Amino acid sequence: MDLLIGLAHTLYATLHDVFPIVAVVVGFQVLILRRPIPNLGKSLIGFVYVLIGLTLFLAGLERALFPLGKLMAYQLTSPDFLGGDPVSTDGLVRWQDYLWVYVFAAAIGFATTLAEPALIAVAVKAQNVSGGTVRVWGLRVAVALGVAIGIALGTFRIVTGTPLYYYIIAGYVVVVVQTVFAPRAIIPLAYDSGGVTTSTVTVPLVAALGLGLASTVPGRNVLIDGFGLIAFASLFPIITVMGYAQLSDWWSLRRKHRRSSQKDDGN
Amino acid sequence: MLSLIRSSIRDLIPIFLVIAFFQLAVLRQPIPNIGDLLTGVALVVLGLTFFTRGLEQGLFPIGEAIAHAFARKGSLLWLLLFAFALGFGTTIAEPALIAIADEAAKVAAQAGAIEANDASMRGYSRGLRVTVAFSVGIAIVVGVFRILKGWPLHYLIIGGYMGVVVITLFAPAEIIGIAYDSGGVTTSTVTVPLVTALGVGLASSIRGRNPLVDGFGLIAFASLTPMIFVMIYGMLI
Repeated sequence: MDLLIGLAHTLYATLHDVFPIVAVVVGFQVLILRRPIPNLGKSLIGFVYVLIGLTLFLAGLERALFPLGKLMAYQLTSPDFLGGDPVSTDGLVRWQDYLWVYVFAAAIGFATTLAEPALIAVAVKAQNVSGGTVRVWGLRVAVALGVAIGIALGTFRIVTGTPLYYYIIAGYVVVVVQTVFAPRAIIPLAYDSGGVTTSTVTVPLVAALGLGLASTVPGRNVLIDGFGLIAFASLFPIITVMGYAQLSDWWSLRRKHRRSSQKDDGN
Repeated sequence: MLSLIRSSIRDLIPIFLVIAFFQLAVLRQPIPNIGDLLTGVALVVLGLTFFTRGLEQGLFPIGEAIAHAFARKGSLLWLLLFAFALGFGTTIAEPALIAIADEAAKVAAQAGAIEANDASMRGYSRGLRVTVAFSVGIAIVVGVFRILKGWPLHYLIIGGYMGVVVITLFAPAEIIGIAYDSGGVTTSTVTVPLVTALGVGLASSIRGRNPLVDGFGLIAFASLTPMIFVMIYGMLI
């Protein structure tokens, strides 16, 4: 019974979120385009599948993963777990005390990104459009690695209390330099993957981690230092996706090179 | 359907491993409410399976059909209006954005930028949401226009980054974290597939455009412009 109430509640919330999208699409379709959508019935069933899927997915997360994940984020950042008072004798925070926090941040960032439905959508589309040169799993792992690095660095920033924009601006510089050297075709996809990484699964857990950390590390302001993890999680995937394309380009070049040199040896 | 369920399970295994490892090995605590956990996991697996199924059958075809219909109709004005409405409409109701805007109102009240009462905080939060939704609408319009013209994405995005850096120098310190975060939260799970299909559909129905090079990039704009607009909002108020 409790389960059903939870499901109904989530369904209502999902419908509420999706309503503006449906209104815009239907409005333009009926009033302006006036052209029937091919396979309308099948598409509508697909849309209903998306709604059911999202509802079950969110209700399940709400029930199982979020409470536990948030609890863990708070436990890992609590002074008890860190072994007493994390402030050393000279009143400075030792960032080394928070080693498990960085490991947890990286691991949970990686794992939640792999399960992010929006990223699955973009990866599937990219594989279809590229004719298989961009692979679903390659892209998803590259993005997940980026989120892992980003969130680990973001927690390190909260612990040390350095300003957010140093990291973000340095990240931008790396992105700009990589853009010059990366294969042209991957650039738009890389830029997009920054924005899709952080939605349904990642944001609640990461926000709990950031706010928990900022409220337990002495000298940090929750409102100033608690934010910014999502920005890290949106920036670093751009770098890793371009890196993935650069590496796979380099590998295939090397392999080709080696094959041609082997042929030369044979002659 | 069975293979879809299997791939959903594979997608979710890393999360369970991470949580189990930290709970049992690092925090050394038992896993609470095993029953709740297992039903939750079953729901998540089923949900992801339905979602990926519906994605291919519903969201992608709808997005692409609309893109093709607009390309055939050939009316630039209506296409750009649609782009704006899609960006604005999907963002204004986004729950993650509502949460962030409410937090931002608290920050502003603490910093003394606005009065610390309910009415002014609610007004600030609503203003922020409209600002972000407006900026996402603009982003999709610019992104769609770029696809039509075939401009290279990186010049526009790098130019946008420079804008972010310059405005960061002038923005109040309390707003920066929220502004940077708001770039990431604006694009929801239903918007992303729809917008991606729209971009790819447009690029593939216009002669001379490559879907991979020209079709992607709409989400990149939608994550960039909110940063700029939110910082400007923080400076003005």
